[in-house]
Amino acid sequence: MADSQAPRKAKKNPLSDGQGGLAALLISPTMAVILFVVGLPILMSIRESVFRTNEGVDPNTGMVSQGESFVGLQNFTDIFANPSLVTGNWGSIDRLLNSFINTTWFTIACVTLETILGVAMALIMAKAFKGRGLVRAAILVPWAIPTIVSAKMWGLIFAADGVMNKVIGQQILWLADGPQSQWAIIIADVWKTAPFIGLLTLAGLQTIPAEVYEAAKVDGASAWQQFTRITLPMVKPALVVAVLFRTLDTMRMFDLPAGMIGFGKYFVETVSTLAYVENNNLRYGSAAAYSIILFVYIVFVAFLFVRLLGADVVGDDEVRAIADQRKRQKAAAKASGTKAKLAKTTVTSGSASS
Amino acid sequence: MTQPRTTRRVIAAALTVGALLATAACSAAPAASPAATGGTATAAGANWDEVGPIVYAQGKDTSGNLKAQIDQWNTENPNEKVTFRELSDSADEQRAEMIKRGQSKSGEFTVMSVDVVWTAEFAANGWLQELPSDKFSTEGFLKAAVDSATYFNKLYAMPSSSDGALLYYRKDLLDKASAQPPVTWDEMQAVCDKVLPGQSGMSCYGGQFQKYEGLTCNFAEAINSAGGAVLNAEGKPTVNTPEAVAGLTWMVEGFKSGKIPKEAITWKEEDSRQAFEASKILFLRNWPYVWNISNGPKSKISGKIAVAPIPGKTGPGVSTLGGHSYGISTFAKNKGTAMKWINWMLRPENQKQQLQKASSAPVLESLYADPELIEQFPYLPMLLKSIQNAKPRPKAVAYGDVTLAIQDAAYAALQGQKDPQTALNDLQTKLESLIK
Amino acid sequence: MSTAQAHVSAAELAQLNKPQRDGKYWAGLIAGIVGMGFIILYCVLPFYWMVVSSLRLPSDGFSTDFLPNPASVENYIAVFAPQNMFGSALVNSLIVSTTTTLLTLVFGILAAYALARLRFAAKGIVLSIIIACSMFPGITLVIPLFKLFSGNYPGFEWLYWMNTYQALIIPTLSFGLPLAVWNLTAFFRQLPVELEQAAMVDGCTPGQAFVKVILPLAAPGVFTTAIITFIAVWNDYMIALQFGTEPQMYTSIVALSKFTGQYGFDTPWGTIMAAGVMITVPLLVAVLIFQRRIVAGLTAGGVK
Repeated sequence: MADSQAPRKAKKNPLSDGQGGLAALLISPTMAVILFVVGLPILMSIRESVFRTNEGVDPNTGMVSQGESFVGLQNFTDIFANPSLVTGNWGSIDRLLNSFINTTWFTIACVTLETILGVAMALIMAKAFKGRGLVRAAILVPWAIPTIVSAKMWGLIFAADGVMNKVIGQQILWLADGPQSQWAIIIADVWKTAPFIGLLTLAGLQTIPAEVYEAAKVDGASAWQQFTRITLPMVKPALVVAVLFRTLDTMRMFDLPAGMIGFGKYFVETVSTLAYVENNNLRYGSAAAYSIILFVYIVFVAFLFVRLLGADVVGDDEVRAIADQRKRQKAAAKASGTKAKLAKTTVTSGSASS
Repeated sequence: MTQPRTTRRVIAAALTVGALLATAACSAAPAASPAATGGTATAAGANWDEVGPIVYAQGKDTSGNLKAQIDQWNTENPNEKVTFRELSDSADEQRAEMIKRGQSKSGEFTVMSVDVVWTAEFAANGWLQELPSDKFSTEGFLKAAVDSATYFNKLYAMPSSSDGALLYYRKDLLDKASAQPPVTWDEMQAVCDKVLPGQSGMSCYGGQFQKYEGLTCNFAEAINSAGGAVLNAEGKPTVNTPEAVAGLTWMVEGFKSGKIPKEAITWKEEDSRQAFEASKILFLRNWPYVWNISNGPKSKISGKIAVAPIPGKTGPGVSTLGGHSYGISTFAKNKGTAMKWINWMLRPENQKQQLQKASSAPVLESLYADPELIEQFPYLPMLLKSIQNAKPRPKAVAYGDVTLAIQDAAYAALQGQKDPQTALNDLQTKLESLIK
Repeated sequence: MSTAQAHVSAAELAQLNKPQRDGKYWAGLIAGIVGMGFIILYCVLPFYWMVVSSLRLPSDGFSTDFLPNPASVENYIAVFAPQNMFGSALVNSLIVSTTTTLLTLVFGILAAYALARLRFAAKGIVLSIIIACSMFPGITLVIPLFKLFSGNYPGFEWLYWMNTYQALIIPTLSFGLPLAVWNLTAFFRQLPVELEQAAMVDGCTPGQAFVKVILPLAAPGVFTTAIITFIAVWNDYMIALQFGTEPQMYTSIVALSKFTGQYGFDTPWGTIMAAGVMITVPLLVAVLIFQRRIVAGLTAGGVK
């Protein structure tokens, strides 16, 4: 058995060995909910994505032929085979591609700005001034405001005669469908979420012992060196997870473009809003296909994060130990030229069937 | 639409047997949902004698007039009560609610208030009951309104309110410059040249140019007023004709020359009305609802405005037709009550009340000549002309796609991303693929 | 603000007590204060604009005066105009948020305990599934669920759930649960195993040990999770919009998005802002009271 090869973990827990049945019982409500409201819809989406609602109109009666036909992967391949060209910020390209690039651009721009601003905020807050509590209270304000309310609020601020134009003394038409509306979205999103990254980073900063900085000072490190050599590496784990979650969240962005600018605006159309529009136009097939594309994209990015930045999203010693063990076994198997027999679990007794 | 190849069909069968079965069920016999109340589905078989409680769905009743009328009906007809289901104020959401019911073959909404541009989509999908002429008389109705409720020569809804565009202007300023309200675009330009020098911060003209349904209306008006048409008499797209290009060019030039203020690209109805009241524009294209507000006690320009038909290239302009109709769900029960109630709501006294209390234009032509109404709404004769001249927006089953394509073209041209000719050539190609 | 005492650590105290206060020190201090001022303005100004806009006359919706002139509470009265049904929407929000939060806690605590304390084969898979759930675009789930809940899916006609509380609550669980399981697992892991061992030595079953020892100790974590879940559910728009289509079933956020003015085309900005303030302020008060806990919870989970 692979189990016998499992390295003894330091924190072996005699209480919980062989409690697979209990675990199954405890986890089942959560899994049942997930199966029902996530699993089932996903299956339905996948099925829907290979069908297409019939759109042909009978030339004599004007009636639409009812029902759907199976179209294979056409809903996915139409982006190449039958592109529907629109003109947004990226030239005249397929509508899905356009919304895909918008989604990517929003994600990159928003998350980059949020991270820079958030870290800056955390550094400021980490200084021991009076009133830090006040700052921390203020910083929770944007976080607590519902996104749709914030979308309406920014819509009012960005109106042609709104206060933003009054303050900057210019006539920028933020809500028109153009490059400036992208910035309106980015500003509103960064406003709401930069403080959140700031809070998480602050929590990471506070775990760094002051002695480390003292020692660095003694060694003659400059402020910048202290920041890049001590602060950043030390807050990295917290920051990477925060950035990962902000990234996944921004990729799904819906409320902000929908509530502030509206649908059918190619400069701010994201994959989420496009899927919604397709659904409203009774094209359930392409709506499902687009949302599946978005999901795959999100999973891919999450995977990249975990691989490249080492984001520890699972955070479980045991799972990590199993993964390490598998890696070692694979490596060993490669070396010896035999097929790897992979570890399944570290459970040493009882039923492992659950 | 698609002709699946045999191989694909085999794969499909192999992969998704269950799914295919499910689809077959979908297209053959609609599964009865708990909400589908088993109404008769064919026009011939509609039971016009079945009476009982019904539900009427419409957008917000902001004036309360509709609720009052329904209350009156319910008192008089206790066994055929009408329940009012108030939908969102947003037209898109109203449409979404009705489509959801149609898709699920639900007769939850017995009667729906159908926007003129939804008639084709709803009728073609079989969600609206065809209305026989012996039960529903459209005599004395505005022709344009009846036409907008007709699809493939069959009446699918009874017009309930109409709408046409009007040109509002600052009578005080025109009088001071002793100018007449303009009939053509050139005349409008001439009046502006005369009046504007004395006014700081005022532009000539404004309408609705944000990228939404209002832009489609304004675009169609410009094209029609220049002698062009979005669709010709045979229903084929004709948006790349010289006349159509002239219409769009007029809008584009307006933005370029500053005749239309730059920020108008973000305007919807209310933004343009507020700009008019803030003396930012001399002429405003808008719907009749503006009259009572801009001429009301809270307005800064109360008493200083007047109304004219919208101008065109060489003569009076052509308005885009708006309005709503009563449609009966194919899947609903108690169509007899629905019929009685609709005809009751369309009585002259109810139509009159609707105008007086809710500022919603009637569909009975005679009311436009009613002295009492004209006293209260001096714009009525103007509006009648506007509606009689008006052209409907394209009757397309995929209207959502058609209107978006129109907005794409118009908006790109207004923003200077494409010149009018290119934008309209692209639109022509797009419309040809959408309207077959 | 009573909750706003600065937390000063020993190291920071030492820093403050340093005798030499040279130019560099003062420059740093001023830069810091300016920075903090900037953060406060950044966070609060847009919200201030919302409050100011809500306190104008309804007809001054687009005014850009920095103080309402004249100030008026008419917008707040308008929010509760009968046609908006905002009162019942608030009640719906409370029902949905509270029920979802309670269910999330019960399910989440059970799952998190298993994940943190028990060893079982599929743990990696279960964790991955739960994490993957938090990655789903809401739109992927809402579209098929709508078809399902409107009784429009062959074989599932009995699932006609439109405009019911369960249709608002159960899908929302899928967004709340991953977050809760995540946070709670992190909290349970922090508690030493020896506590349970001691309890079991004293004759407790594992279940009793959990209820009597672990749960009370994890109460702060549970509490944090409750607040965060409550806020997430309270702020949800997409699910509430799709499955509550009758005015009687609107949540406050949906009701707000459907406010109408006195006539067609009118968007009552003042009323929307007033309702926004009313929806947000209770959250803000809760957030300010429990800010330390929330920060701790967010840090543990790293989730929005």
